[in-house]
Amino acid sequence: MNEFVETLLDLPWQTETEPNHTYDVVIIGGGGHGLATAYYLATRHGITNVCVLDASYIGSGNSGRNTTIIRSNYGIPEAIAFYQESLSMYEGLESETGCWVMHNTKGQLWMAHSTGTARTEQTRVLMNNACGAPSDYVSPAEIRKIVPQIDLTGGGRYPVQGASYLHGGATARHDRVVWAYAQGALRAGVHIFQNTAVNGLVKDGGRVTGVTTSKGSISAGVVLSAVGGHVSTVSKWADVRLPIRTHTLQAFVTNAYAHEFAPIVSSNDLVFYVSQTARGQMLLGAEYDRQASYDRGTSFAYLQSVSAKAVALFPFMAKLRILRSWAGICDISTDFSPIMGYTNTPGFLLSTGWGTWGFKAIPAAGSQLAKLIADDATPDLIKPFALSRFEREMAMADPSSAGTK
Amino acid sequence: MLWVTCPNCGSRPFEEFRYGSIFPVTPDDITDDDQRNVDYAWMQDNIEGPVLERWFHESGCRRWFTAKRDTRNDAWLDV
Repeated sequence: MNEFVETLLDLPWQTETEPNHTYDVVIIGGGGHGLATAYYLATRHGITNVCVLDASYIGSGNSGRNTTIIRSNYGIPEAIAFYQESLSMYEGLESETGCWVMHNTKGQLWMAHSTGTARTEQTRVLMNNACGAPSDYVSPAEIRKIVPQIDLTGGGRYPVQGASYLHGGATARHDRVVWAYAQGALRAGVHIFQNTAVNGLVKDGGRVTGVTTSKGSISAGVVLSAVGGHVSTVSKWADVRLPIRTHTLQAFVTNAYAHEFAPIVSSNDLVFYVSQTARGQMLLGAEYDRQASYDRGTSFAYLQSVSAKAVALFPFMAKLRILRSWAGICDISTDFSPIMGYTNTPGFLLSTGWGTWGFKAIPAAGSQLAKLIADDATPDLIKPFALSRFEREMAMADPSSAGTK
Repeated sequence: MLWVTCPNCGSRPFEEFRYGSIFPVTPDDITDDDQRNVDYAWMQDNIEGPVLERWFHESGCRRWFTAKRDTRNDAWLDV
């Protein structure tokens, strides 16, 4: 176990043990999104009277359960611009925070095994280049140069036709990202309380004016829900109906593979993705479970189906053993795009709909939401992602999020 | 969630089944027609607890049936 994971640690930069009675901003959820918002509020906008609450330890939810992939090759212009901003911010995160988050730019291949998906990937390349995310369409011979382990016949069943290649695709260590933001926020004067469950909202008229917690009630100028899977429960307290369903997403790692596996590889037809962690383990994920669930259980059927796909493309993996599997509960929005900003309830803001694509968005979402709170106006970059898009008939259907098909 | 109870076949492995849908309900207190349409098209109850659903026994009797499942722990309940 490293020093950051899987336990409730004291936050060494904080002296307070009990929350104050009142804050300018209360953020529910001490994951990457909540902590990044607090960090940028304090460091970029001088709003330090901020409190982040987490029911367990920070990063215990989806921020500590994802597959750490950072990419921007989405399918709609608004999303590409947003995720490209996030990808760029990740590149500067270590120098900004002074924390080593093990950021590693390795490129991402998104493979096609049929004429139809090859066309999809060519379209993706055109779209991404047009919207500022440098990509190339690569041939099977070029794919072999990038990742020599590949069986281009796909086990005889899934022949590789080509792939889109996002040059900026990267990974970073997820719990280090959480801790970098937590440390930065705490040093700037933000309060973070772990093991403090929010169990209701305080309302005055139609406005949300605070939260009730296991450590008493706290008043707030605004309340931001940066909650993962349980966001519908929190929103119900604020009388906000959400286009969100909570699904289980599983992932697993194998034992260490001694050679380098350079890029992140996804497959459009097979719907799975694989990369190598800094420890050498192969980290695999695929689509979320079809039925809605708040259960973090994993299943043998999932391990079996993803392993079969992985071995078809990368025969060397047949000799590896599965070390560990886990699951997170994802807030999947009905148009597969995130939801950020104001709701119809004054004083209640949302950062949700992060589904299976939340980790890569942490810096951009945090900085944009901090700007929204500081200026009390929605920044242009996240205007398309407002909850009101559904009633304006401007849903942002994005079928290119990995794990959604 | 390893076993599912099919009304025709009894307890069978989960992999034989395909998830269908929930029964979407637009709340009565939304009275505006446009708002009801938005709610019907996009919004979700996302219930944390027992929920009624349609499931399809794809690799079995190939019949649709209504099931009750607790989304907190994936326990299958009597309908």
